[in-house]
Amino acid sequence: MADLSHDDVLKLARLARLNLTDEEVAEFAGELTEILHYVEQLQAVDVAGLKPTNQVSGLVNVMRKDEVVDYGYVPKELLKNVPKVQDDHLHVKRMIG
Amino acid sequence: MATESQWLPIARIAEQMQSGQIKARDLVERSLKTIAGKREFDAIIATLDGRALARADEIDAMVQKGDTVGALAGVPFIAKDNFLVFGADTTAASNILRGFEAPYQATAINRLEAAGAICVAKANLDAFAHGASTENSDFFTTKNPHDKTRVPGGSSGGSAAAVALDMAPFALGTDTGGSIRQPASFTGCVGYKPTYGLVSRSGVVAMGSSLDVIGPIARTVEDAALVLDVMAGIDPLDSTTISRDSSSYTKFDDIISRKKIGIIKEHMGEGVAPNVKAAIEASVQKLKDAGADVHEISLPSATLALAVYYILMPAEVSSNLSRYDGQRYGYTFADAKDLDESYTKSRGRGFGKEAKRRIMMGTYVLSSGYFDAYYKKAQTVRTKLINEFNTAFEQVDFLLGPTAPTTAFKIGENASNPLAMYLADVMTVAAPLAGIPAISIPAGESEGLPVGLQLMARSHHDRELLNLAHATEELLA
Repeated sequence: MADLSHDDVLKLARLARLNLTDEEVAEFAGELTEILHYVEQLQAVDVAGLKPTNQVSGLVNVMRKDEVVDYGYVPKELLKNVPKVQDDHLHVKRMIG
Repeated sequence: MATESQWLPIARIAEQMQSGQIKARDLVERSLKTIAGKREFDAIIATLDGRALARADEIDAMVQKGDTVGALAGVPFIAKDNFLVFGADTTAASNILRGFEAPYQATAINRLEAAGAICVAKANLDAFAHGASTENSDFFTTKNPHDKTRVPGGSSGGSAAAVALDMAPFALGTDTGGSIRQPASFTGCVGYKPTYGLVSRSGVVAMGSSLDVIGPIARTVEDAALVLDVMAGIDPLDSTTISRDSSSYTKFDDIISRKKIGIIKEHMGEGVAPNVKAAIEASVQKLKDAGADVHEISLPSATLALAVYYILMPAEVSSNLSRYDGQRYGYTFADAKDLDESYTKSRGRGFGKEAKRRIMMGTYVLSSGYFDAYYKKAQTVRTKLINEFNTAFEQVDFLLGPTAPTTAFKIGENASNPLAMYLADVMTVAAPLAGIPAISIPAGESEGLPVGLQLMARSHHDRELLNLAHATEELLA
């Protein structure tokens, strides 16, 4: 597999919505390449006939009753960690120009 | 560090509380005083003095009234700072969550409080539990109680150091790839990782959701088992929880004779420090002398577990950390000109380097074109590893090996090389990939540094594993 280039790192950062400094981009290109080379040992493993494991709990379709549970929460309390609130709503920047 | 504890076994504390011989307020004050006296180890992020003392007074009043109090009445404990707890901020040792006030509590905390335990402090960790040394904490590095120039392990390094420093009878940790067991090993504590799903994760900051578990770090197996007994079982707030054992996790028969134990061959080979190997071999000899049937067993894919883990875990991390967007809670970049810049700069400035590294790695392995080659392949090798565990458990009841390849390493030793740091997890990542329970118990010291012995059992066999660990602990004492 190819090593990660400067542009590859920028593209990933874009996908992950991470603003990185030039220094971080350079650092991550090297470090992520090294980690990828390490995990590439899996490519040679024979897994014929095996299915991927998504989870190990053995549980399937855990349902709950479709009813309202009153946890006693107060909206103002739940909003106390929100950076910007307006009329009990989250205030965010305009999404559509 | 002191070898004698100022704390009685937890079961005795509860008895003495009930009989009125001791007071919860005294226990909480003693815990807070010990914490204040050992600040230089940087194990603690915040204390909950006001809330803890108020709870203590409530419990003392109950005893005075003649009410029956719970199994953990008056017992102070310390929670890793990725548990949502009232009375102090929940930061996950990250700048992006600095100042976050939990609007609800973790189920594990609620259950412990209902049994009378009192949370006195929040412990340091690698930010978001990403690491094996606490050096990735966005705040400070915890020092190993046995040697201040060394790390306490991680990511639950603050919790493990707190117990080793006798700040409280037990602490809570979380374990995704070894974050309870490896710091327990480095600090000479008992660290228990239950079967996946046994303890509710509601109200705990998520890391890798197919791997994360909650468990106790304590001085003894008995104390750890008692804490597990209070926390375990189905929680309607966490749909991944499983049924607990109908019997108590603290019922020990201590029978070692004829127990079949497999030494994992791949965990005793290259890469294991000679002093660690010697300590494990000495433990094995004691088990054999006690009549256990111990022999070597091979798990060929164990050598691949770390590579599987460092694909699946970052993939899940990148997904779980996408919620930190600067809009709903946590750090926000105030001068953004539009929403996109608000996202990218809130995340870019709020996350520490390791969180960013893992988000990037996870984004890569999940991205179009690489998904099958990395993520799906790792999931399939995970199946292969699980199959090998199942085959092994047809031959033996338990598996054994070192918890970590070395004793506690120096602060800074691995800090500049992420891959070298990841190798600290090489013995511990297999159990969470298979979802099976695993425990680290002290197996002596080498040059003043503790060595941890890891024992594992098949899924849902937590009681059996704790029973063996309890008997082994007595044997090694």
